[in-house]
Order: sequence, then structure tokens, then C-alpha cells
Amino acid sequence: MSATVIDGIQEAQQEPTQKNYLNADHTIASWLLTVDHKRIAIMYLIGVTFFFFLGSIAAAMIRVELTSPNGLFLTSETYNKTFTAHGVLMIFFFLIPAIPAVMGNFLLPLMIGARDLAFPKLNLLSWYLYMISGGFVLAAMILGGIDAGWTFYTPLSSIYSNTQITLALVGLFISGFSSIATGVNFIASIHKMRAPGMTWFRLPLYVWSHYATSIIIILGTPVVAITLLLVVFERVFAIGVFSPELGGDPVLFQHMFWFYSHPAVYIMVLPAMGIISEVISCFSRRRVFGYEFIAFSSIAIAGLGFLVWGHHMFISSQSVLQGVIFSLLSFLVAIPSAIKIFNWSLTMYKGSIHLRTPMLYALGFIGLFVIGGLTGLFLASVDTDVHLTGTYFIVAHFHYVMVGGTLLAFLAGIHFWWPKFFGVMYNEFWGKVSAVIVFLGFNFTFFPQFILGYLGMPRRYHMYYFAQEWQIYHVASTIGSGILGIGLILPACYLTASLIRGKKCSHNPWGAKGLEWEAAATPPVTENFTVMPIVREDPYDYDAIADSALYEEERKKGKKPALVGATDDEEKKD
Amino acid sequence: MGGHAPVTNDPDADEVYFQYEDIDQQQESYVVGMWAFLVTEVMFFGALFLMYAIYRWKWHTDFYLVHKQLDWQLGGLNTFVLLISSFCVAMAVHYAQLKKPKQQLICLGITLACAFGFLGIKTIEYSSKFEHNLFPNHSFVYADHKVTSYGMEKKDVTGRAAGVEHAKKVKKPQEGDPNRARLFLSLYFAMTGLHGLHVVIGILVIGTLMIMIARKSPLITDYVPTEMIGLYWHFVDLVWIFLYPLFYLIPK
Repeated sequence: MSATVIDGIQEAQQEPTQKNYLNADHTIASWLLTVDHKRIAIMYLIGVTFFFFLGSIAAAMIRVELTSPNGLFLTSETYNKTFTAHGVLMIFFFLIPAIPAVMGNFLLPLMIGARDLAFPKLNLLSWYLYMISGGFVLAAMILGGIDAGWTFYTPLSSIYSNTQITLALVGLFISGFSSIATGVNFIASIHKMRAPGMTWFRLPLYVWSHYATSIIIILGTPVVAITLLLVVFERVFAIGVFSPELGGDPVLFQHMFWFYSHPAVYIMVLPAMGIISEVISCFSRRRVFGYEFIAFSSIAIAGLGFLVWGHHMFISSQSVLQGVIFSLLSFLVAIPSAIKIFNWSLTMYKGSIHLRTPMLYALGFIGLFVIGGLTGLFLASVDTDVHLTGTYFIVAHFHYVMVGGTLLAFLAGIHFWWPKFFGVMYNEFWGKVSAVIVFLGFNFTFFPQFILGYLGMPRRYHMYYFAQEWQIYHVASTIGSGILGIGLILPACYLTASLIRGKKCSHNPWGAKGLEWEAAATPPVTENFTVMPIVREDPYDYDAIADSALYEEERKKGKKPALVGATDDEEKKD
Repeated sequence: MGGHAPVTNDPDADEVYFQYEDIDQQQESYVVGMWAFLVTEVMFFGALFLMYAIYRWKWHTDFYLVHKQLDWQLGGLNTFVLLISSFCVAMAVHYAQLKKPKQQLICLGITLACAFGFLGIKTIEYSSKFEHNLFPNHSFVYADHKVTSYGMEKKDVTGRAAGVEHAKKVKKPQEGDPNRARLFLSLYFAMTGLHGLHVVIGILVIGTLMIMIARKSPLITDYVPTEMIGLYWHFVDLVWIFLYPLFYLIPK
């Protein structure tokens, strides 16, 4: 009945009474002072969920406000503070840390076959820095808010704004160190902590994408840290580096800021792509098509990402030649991104596809990322960008890439590894429902914004009485955001419910490959592996043909075909 | 946490942290981690050097005139002090490899003394700048001109009067555009200030290392911690090697 295509699964099966990292110790101190990467990941999960929730409230306020052309309930000042809060919380406290710090922390040592990251204490420090920086930013918001937008353009942020920018920037400076600590830790771990036999080209693609991400983090984050610090100095000591009257250059701030913040979008999306590679391969039961191409395209994106920042500044003072060069380089980023999309499609081709919750989210990612990526080309081209920049087209574009990309991949990953994290299975039906609702709600919210942007609705405005015909699009978008909200509340409910009274899942409910599934217990023990693994085979050693043969066989027997590799309790549920 | 210490005949085995297989892996991880950290430091200062390069290229003459306010002799002395400290830290690593803790402590002690010496000389330099109001602040006065960045009150009669008084006290003639002077001094204070902060951190870690070596702490079993701190200190030294000519020795 339980048809498994995995060898050696029995050895790794744990005794039900065995201690795992969750029940090894129950005191609060054992969590707050832990150096266990898995516990730190869970603490990060709580942190990013909290900040995501706060950011979502700000998003809801923005959407409700925009249903009326004259503004509904916010003053202009409050509206500025609201969209700044939304941007700062979502970008610095959800999108950037979400996948690396939660899933990367949990999975990286398991995937490379190590007991922990190279520097466990540094890892804990990074969590504390993250929470402290969050405290600073929340304090800034409570003590009066910040109104300069998440980009903090000078001279508004450095001279004119009278809000709590200093406090918020100090917070973001600290959060930069949290990021750097994670990046340094990942690089050292990937270089030196791999299990015997785990060569570079046997690494899961998820690990490759984190390697690329870590390179971006250690090269980019210090630059934005010093830039934001200089804005703080400008406000406190009036140093004038970004002040034109003294010969300083406010546009230089934009260059320095985007030198980090453009690569930062790859910090957000590369780990997401890593998750998609794992999920697509597992639920298509096929080896990833073009492993090396996906691996190197991650590195290529990391490299090219540092050369394209100028496309954020086509209408600043930069020269036409500069614009053309940046435009060309930006187009080049489409190549490695497209390589990934094509390779995922070809992985699915003739695969034995199982449409489980993580797979639905992953397919949603591909659809939305393609739309987001292709509209990016409109913005990478100088002449169309001059029309579209600073409009809702931009807003829609980066939400398609960031929310449709990173958030959906985050959810795909959470649903894929939830059994690994906690040893319980969530309700599959509600999982699928939420995946569909999120996809539909997302498109409902953000597609109208492409049209709005094309028609000329500027971003960061909360009144459009000059063009009342846009109201219909705004109302559609707000309704969509409500649907999206429901789609996001659902996982929060059924995932929490699964922790309380979820069914214990089998050792490897998806029949997935990889050390984290095959060699570690579910949930893992504190030291990750009871027997240190030795890697003897390539990653993604799935067998689609055997899988579909088994599938057909079960169907002929008159049983409802189940996910191959899943054990009894899984099949009953279906 | 210990759990599964690998079975090995290596006598150092019990000193290996639980996440590593053996001492080699631990040391190699430290080295990779340290270099990755130094990359972030290079980018951190690199951003400031880029800003400096842009502004000096734009306002070269003014920067030349203003840089005369800095004391190149004190700066040169500081360069010398840091070079000695760098040599000593290299020697400390050498003695750590030979497992000679006494010589190692002496070398680290000289490094520490040099670091304090550097900060002392820097304090003399800074205090003379503060005396003449030659540091970025909201009432910056240079060569009789009160300089404000835009968006603020431009005319300030009392400030102007204070400026005249200041100008009398100043020994060196203050030449160059006051606005650019302020920009130059801002960069000077931002960059040397952050460098000074790194020196302070260096003093703390070297001091901690010395205490641990003196107390024969079980955490210091080999030369790697000394080498890590040595790498950091060389980096701090190297930043100054660039700062000194860029700020103190601008050619005409």
C-alpha cells in the first residue's frame, strides 16, 4: 500500500518517543538562548509573521483610503506615514529576511548535511539584531511615524522631514548587520560544512540560490548601511554630504541606495526561486532540468544585479548614455531569469505531476513571476519608463515580483516543509483552497494597477479627484486585496490548527529527495542527524516513469491514486 | 548541545564545537567567515571612498585649500604608529603559531599601546578642530562665513559675529570656499570617525584576547583567534593607509 520509491528511508525513521528539537527542552530560556539553527528559524518565523501582519494592516489602510477619489479617512500626512510603514515593514522586515532567515536557517544545515551552521552564536545574534531593529522602527512609528517613503530619498529625509526618520534609520542600520551576520554564516557553512560526498554540483538548488543571495548580502548591505548612516549624520550633525548647497549631491544618495536596493530585490527573489526548484522537482517527480544552468543563473543574477541600479533613476539627472547602458544591462537580467522559468517548465514536461498545496503555490509563482518579469522589461527600457515611472505601473510590477514571487514562494516553502518543521500535516483541502484564493485575489488586486499606472495614476497619492474615472480600478483593487487577505488568513488558521490537533505525518510525506527528508528525522533531532550522512548520489534522483507506472497500477486496482511515496495516513486523507 | 562528538584520535577533539567534524573544519570555517566579514568592511568603507573620490574630483581646488587645515605631521606620526602595530600583530600571530604565549602577549601589548597612541594623537587633532569650530554642525563657521545647508535659516548675525571672533583665534589662514570646506571636513570626520570606531573595537577585541591568553582560557587552543584578530587589525591599518594620503597629502 505504501509504495515508496525511496531507498534507505527505514533507517532514518525515528522512534515515536524520540526527542526532537522541539521537545528537547521546554523552558523559555531554552528558546531565547538557543544556538540551534532550527529553533532560531522558528523564532524568525514568529518575527517575520508579526511584521508581515503589521505591514498588511498598513496595506489594508492604503487600499481602503483609495476607494474614494477624494481620500476616505486619512489626512495626507497620515497617508504618507502609512505607505512608508507598509514599505519599510514589508521590505526590511518581511521580504528580505523571510526566506533566508526562516527556511534558509532551518534547511541549509540539513540540506548540506551539517549539525548546525558554521557560527551558531552569530546566528542567534542575528535574530536579536533583527528584533532590536524592529523595535527601533516600531518605536519610530509609534512616536510619530516616518513619512519619507521606504526609499528615504534626500533631501526630504535628510533635511525637510520632521518625523522620526533618525530613529527608523538607526533601526535599519542595525537590521543590515542582522542580514550580514546571516550572509557570512551561510557562506562559511556552504563552503566548509558540507557532508562528505556533497560536492558543489550535488548541492540542492535551494542551497545554490542561498549562496548567490549571501554574496549579494555581504557586498550590498554595507553600502546601504553607510548611506543610511550618512543621512542620520546629515540630520544630527548637518554634515551636508547630500546637500547641494555645500556641493553635495542628493542624487548620489539615490545611486548609493539603489546600488544595494536593486540587488536587494534579488535577495528577496533568489531564495524564492530556490524553493520553486525544490517544489517543482519533487511534485513533478523529475530531476531538475538543466541543474547547472539554474545554479549558474543564480550566480549570474547576483552578478548582473549589481550593474543595473541606474534603471531606478532614468528621470533623475543621469545622462542619456548612462540611461542606455543601464537599460541594456537591465535587459540582460531577463536572460538568467528566463533560463530558470524555461528549466522549470521543462522539469514539469513529461513529469508525473501531483497538484498538492506547495505545487499549486509554486505554479502560481511561475505565472505571477512571468507577468512581473515581463512588465519589468517595459520599465527597463528608457523611453517607456519615462512614461511609466512613478506610477501605479511600477507599484503593480514590483508587487507581482515581490508578492507574487517572494510571498507565494514563501508560502510554497512553508507548506512544503511544514511537516519537516513540526512533524504534523495541515489540512490539504484548505491548503489548496488558500492557494487558489491567493492567486486569484492577488491578480484581482494588482492587475488593475497596471491599467491605472498606464493611465497615469501616480504612486503615493491618496487623491485622484482630477480623474474620477479611475475609481473603478481602485475599487476593484481594494476588493481584490480583501480576497487576498482572506487567502492569507486561511493558512494562518489551518497551519496553527495543525500544530494543535494536526495529524502526525509520516517521515517523508511527499516522498521527496534531499538529505533533509531522507537522512534526518521528522521533525529533526537537535543534532540534525543521528548518523552523519554520506552523499553518494546526485540531487533530485526522482523517477517519473516508475512513479507514473505505480500511479497507473493503483488506478487499475480501483484505488484513488495517491502521491507516490506517501504513507497510509496521507492516502486516507485524499 | 554536545551530543555527537565525532570519534577521532585527535587530541584537540574535545575542544571542537559540536557543529564541526574536526579542528581543521572549525579553523577553515573561521577563516572563510572572517574573510567574508572583511568583504563587508571593504564595501562599507568603499562606499565612503567612492563619495570622497566623486567630491574631490568635483571640487579639487577647494579640497586642496581646505586640507591645509589638517596637520600632516600628526597624521604621518599616526601612520607610523599604526604600521608598527600592524607589524606587532603579525609577530603575535607568528608566536601564536609557535605556541609561545609570552612573546605573543608582548606583541599584542605593543599593538594595544599603539592603538591607544593612535587614539591619543587623533584626540589632539580632533580637539584642535573642535576649538576652531571646524567640524560639521548646524552653526559651522569657516573663514568668517557661517555655512548652513539649504532649507535652513541663512542669515545669522550672531553666528557671523562669532565667526569673526573665531577667525581671529585661528592660526592658519582659512582658504577655500566655505561650503566645500564644510563638505571636506564632513567627509574627514565621517571617515576618520568610523575608522576610529574600528580602532576602538580593535582595542576591545585585542584586550579580550590578551586576557584570555593570560588566563589560559580553554577557548584559545590554537593560533586561529589571534590570526582572525590580526586580519581585522591589518584591515583597520590598511584603511588608514588610504585615508592618510587622501586627506592629508592632497597635491596642488
